[in-house]
Amino acid sequence: MKRTSSTRFYMGFLAVLITLFAIYNFTVYTKTNPESDLLLSREAIKGEDLWQQNNCFSCHQLYGLGGYLGPDLTNTYSTDGKGEAYIKAFLNSGIKTMPKFNFTEKEKSNLVAFLKEVDQTGIYPNLNAKIEKTGWVTLEYKSQKAK
Amino acid sequence: MKTKTPLLFIIFGMIALLLAMLFGLLAGTQYLLPDFLKESLPFNSLRPFHATSALSWIILCATGGLYFYISNSDEVKLHSDRLMKIHLWLFIATGIAIYTAYAFGKFGGKEYLEFPALLIVPILLGWVLFGINYFKSFVGKLKNWPVYYWMWGTGIVFMIFHLSEAYFWLSPYIRNNFIRDLSIQWKAGGSFVGSWNMLVYGTAIYLMSKIKKDDQIGRTKLAFFFYFLGLSNLMFGWAHHVYILPTAPWIRYFAYAINMTEWIILFSMLYDWKKSLSQETIKINFLPYKFLMAADLWIFLNLIIAILFSIPAINMYTHGTHITVAHSMGTTIGINTTILLASVTYILSLVSSDWQKDLKKMILGFKIFHLSLIIFFFALVLAGVKKSVWMYFTQDMAFSEMQNSLHWFYLIFLLFGVGILIGLSLIILPTINQFIAVIRKSKK
Ligand code: HEC
Repeated sequence: MKRTSSTRFYMGFLAVLITLFAIYNFTVYTKTNPESDLLLSREAIKGEDLWQQNNCFSCHQLYGLGGYLGPDLTNTYSTDGKGEAYIKAFLNSGIKTMPKFNFTEKEKSNLVAFLKEVDQTGIYPNLNAKIEKTGWVTLEYKSQKAK
Repeated sequence: MKTKTPLLFIIFGMIALLLAMLFGLLAGTQYLLPDFLKESLPFNSLRPFHATSALSWIILCATGGLYFYISNSDEVKLHSDRLMKIHLWLFIATGIAIYTAYAFGKFGGKEYLEFPALLIVPILLGWVLFGINYFKSFVGKLKNWPVYYWMWGTGIVFMIFHLSEAYFWLSPYIRNNFIRDLSIQWKAGGSFVGSWNMLVYGTAIYLMSKIKKDDQIGRTKLAFFFYFLGLSNLMFGWAHHVYILPTAPWIRYFAYAINMTEWIILFSMLYDWKKSLSQETIKINFLPYKFLMAADLWIFLNLIIAILFSIPAINMYTHGTHITVAHSMGTTIGINTTILLASVTYILSLVSSDWQKDLKKMILGFKIFHLSLIIFFFALVLAGVKKSVWMYFTQDMAFSEMQNSLHWFYLIFLLFGVGILIGLSLIILPTINQFIAVIRKSKK
């Protein structure tokens, strides 16, 4: 049996799609966010390791992504009345469903560094986002936030 | 009939499904009773146990089905039984290693892939073996593939790619930039769901074609049009997961445009839906038929939700709420699980001569399952609406107060979760029994 012309057409189309996909991926990997070129510090990366090793995201969200048993922590660091001491107080507290962790002071600082630097990347929930008639949402970036 | 290894894939898959439901119910209980099992199985262990089991069900059952259909096809032969066996035992061993890691509180991965990162290596290896076996069975041996063979091949290749992409965070270049890292994590996650959907939807089309004994179903131009539309969405449509991230706007614009093409699928389905209702029920394929019809309903419901929240203005309010959970439960249970159970019951009718033995029980199970799922789903949607109102329109209500106010929804959610467990057990347990009997017999 020979390949029919439609099979050849489909293969051609697939090749085009895959090429586009390659270009697209390259761009996404290299140019994700022009606004915030903040890089995480060594401390914050250690904090993120702890964040992953203890599955904090199974209960907490960052930018609304994660589990829903606990609150979103994107901007906890900069919320009035919260901040470093507040976060630290929670970590080993075992409040409600939150496990009673045994973090050392160093580890607590790393977690705080992580949450602090995440806080600097943006705003969630984005209460001042503008909804356009087209259904589009223009986000408020951290750098624009009225101080 | 060649059955043993494919059936083992499916049996392990069904066991994973039972475990997924048990872990899910325990986790759900913690929403109501914070101290329940808090010391021994805290929520941050239960959730990975639940999610990994659920993913394993989908993957193992879809894979077992593919191996079964290829092994028993008239057109082609499976390239290597040995590779298939290695694939099976590699996955089972890795599964045991993952559960062991969870039980000891050893995590380290990202959401949905919470196990220590090294364990992705055998998983990727299993997929590569699967890919080799798949393409060696077809390439050069069969020309003019029907669309489901395209979909299966695509699913395997993209699964390998996106599973790897999900580990790009191991590179400091990605990880140092939090927004980039989070975007790529969700790009990979969204697209590997798209990849297993290629396997599952391919199976649905395969079944429709076999049940109707109509080879053309997988060969029409329309079928290929949908395949390419689905593939474009798999590649470019993931960004609705991260509309609220401060990424470059063009990524989001592009995803918005691509996502809107799904309306086409919806209209076409509405049209077919009418036609499919008048089709006569085929007696021998009663259960698969029922499941496929149920999948149809759930595709319809979920597509509406998915399309709506691909609109950024709506997404802003639904994101981060239980509406997202409703969507993921609606798709993984309502669509994936029903299609896979159609496949399982179809295979059952092929391999077992007295498959009708438990038919009454299974039909009852189906009814309990389906009714429970509908209520379960809407409890989540309503809880999501309440949470969204809290996030955007209520000032000064503490998180814990909001959680407390959702108490009733969580209760309904849990009760009908039990209903889903009972309903599906009535279908799965007899099927596992019959499959084991078939394997035993084939040994003699
Ligand atoms: C089993 C679920 C769970 C896990 C795992 C968990 N938390 Fe929590 N956490 C909660 C809950 C629930 C609350 C809210 C308590 C309340 O206010 O009622 C909370 C509160 C917090 C708060 C205070 C937030 C605020 O705005 O008031 C911080 C900070 C926090 N957790 C950090 C963490 C970190 C860091 C980890 C990982 C090391 C973690 N949590 C793991 C459930 C969890």
